[in-house]
Amino acid sequence: MTEPPGMSGPAIGGPGGAMELAATEGETLEGGAQPPAGRGPEARARSLWSDAWHDLRRNPVFIVAGLLILFLVVISLWPSLIATRDPLSCSLGHSLDSATHGHWFGYDTQGCDVYTRVVYGARSSVAVGVCATLGVAVLGSLLGGLAGFFGGVWDAILSRVTDIFFGIPIVLGGLVFLSMTGSRSVWTVVAFIVLLGWPQVARIARGSVLTVKQNDYLLAARALGAGNTRMLVRHILPNAVAPVIVTATIALGNYIALEATLSYLGVGLQPPTVSWGSDISAASSGMQFRNAPHILVYPAAALSITVLAFIMLGDAVRDALDPKLR
Amino acid sequence: MGRYVVRRLLQMIPVFIGTTFLIFVMVYAVGDPVNALFGDRAPDPATAAALRHEFNLDKPVPQQYLLYLGKIFTGDFGNAFNGQPVTELMANAFPITLRLAAVAIVFEIVIGITLGVITGLRRGRPVDTGVLMLTLVVISVPTFVTGSLAQYLLGVKWGWIRPAVSPEAPLDELILPGLVLALVSLAYVTRLTRTSLAENARADYVRTAVAKGLPRRRVTVRHLLRNSLIPVVTFLGTDVGQLMAGALVTERIFNIQGVGFQLWQGIVRQNSPTVVGFVTILVLVFLLANLLVDLLYAVLDPRIRYD
Repeated sequence: MTEPPGMSGPAIGGPGGAMELAATEGETLEGGAQPPAGRGPEARARSLWSDAWHDLRRNPVFIVAGLLILFLVVISLWPSLIATRDPLSCSLGHSLDSATHGHWFGYDTQGCDVYTRVVYGARSSVAVGVCATLGVAVLGSLLGGLAGFFGGVWDAILSRVTDIFFGIPIVLGGLVFLSMTGSRSVWTVVAFIVLLGWPQVARIARGSVLTVKQNDYLLAARALGAGNTRMLVRHILPNAVAPVIVTATIALGNYIALEATLSYLGVGLQPPTVSWGSDISAASSGMQFRNAPHILVYPAAALSITVLAFIMLGDAVRDALDPKLR
Repeated sequence: MGRYVVRRLLQMIPVFIGTTFLIFVMVYAVGDPVNALFGDRAPDPATAAALRHEFNLDKPVPQQYLLYLGKIFTGDFGNAFNGQPVTELMANAFPITLRLAAVAIVFEIVIGITLGVITGLRRGRPVDTGVLMLTLVVISVPTFVTGSLAQYLLGVKWGWIRPAVSPEAPLDELILPGLVLALVSLAYVTRLTRTSLAENARADYVRTAVAKGLPRRRVTVRHLLRNSLIPVVTFLGTDVGQLMAGALVTERIFNIQGVGFQLWQGIVRQNSPTVVGFVTILVLVFLLANLLVDLLYAVLDPRIRYD
């Protein structure tokens, strides 16, 4: 499920460089008030970030995805807002019953209320997606960025290590690695995704840092006596981070799908953690959905809509941040 | 070109060793295959020791790995714990999975490229926007969801197909599983073809071809499409490896007894030689597919020279 080559552009350093030049003329980076530079119809030049934000606010895809994600985050933090029952209190007497008043999605095999479980399932998906993405982004950009900046032997080692990790398809790795762990929580799955996911971001971050490193303003900063830390934090980070953000946003949706796939294969989250993947797996085993399709359809729909929301967000962010595609 | 191939093959060696060692350590150092063999009962210490000795499990892990690596170069992947040679399992499983992957690739090429060409030539029209949204939806629905829903609707509710594939897995029973396996990549192929086509449609050589009076169809097929398909072909190449791994899920849903099925059995029963053997071959397929893509790139685009 990797993005095909050539669709995420590392060439974002270009306009970012212009932003940094403007910023070094005595303005803070975040400050909106930058010197005018006759670009576009507006009087004031906008940085890459405010330009992207300007685009995003007008993109209907972003608005729809954003509202959906806001809703998902809220119900994963406080599921009791819209589901009053306990997802783990089930009674076998109701096994596979179809929808009744107050139980709009019916009951599953164990006699649990499907609606409640669908609502509570959002929590593990969002938690795994967000935590894994943060972990992958931080670890990947740290290792990739530093290797790109310092070069030499560390860069060579990192390139070989990423090659090795790229040799393992991620679902295959999950099946082998996670089946060896005894009990798995959200954190085990997050740790696994970070372990196998960071090389993807590291590669992007390394390329991005290498592009930014060639800019004249870095030579100027060095000539003015800037140390490595200052160069990295003030000059490289703000200019090289855009491709990493794009990659990470798109990856978020994929990680949610990955967690569900792993749970479906029986090597992801385990009960009592409620997960859409495990519920779909339970519904499919022995084709129990034969006479009660609702136990398959509702968790599947919830999962698909969630992944769709995050992938739409990633698409919108990429369109906004990658000027090549405009 | 020859020197480039040799260099790439040499570069593959450390990656192959690193990847397989990682898998080997996970399977042999973390799990205990001999205990797993005995299930819930505690094994007789003497038998356990004899088994450990037979499978080289009493030696340090790096040494075990070297012994294993030495053996697989002679084509000996060891025996599964029931005594059946792993190569025998492979001989049964790989043709089935290859057939499944081939069906998927055909779907990707035929449907993916067709949709990509249609949308790429009609950018901004309703058909373009519609297909683009559709690809986004297809990418978002995980394979196991599409598979389970297709199995329920086509296999159970409407009864168009058999919901489970028979052990011999003939080609006609693999059509639906192949389509399910292909769907996500198919959407990527569509988007990639569309982007590439739209980018090249503005190229000078297209304008020249139109200006010299070639019919529209010929410009599209001979000039535009030929150049636009280069990134698509490379994507399809890398996808071969992905499809073999993706078959894990598809085979589970439709009960196809291919690589994913054997790997799954191996993992559930902690049958370590099976797991490591199959994963080793899959990694090799993955690496070779990537190499093939790089070489193909040079053949398709004469501007690229590797020497």
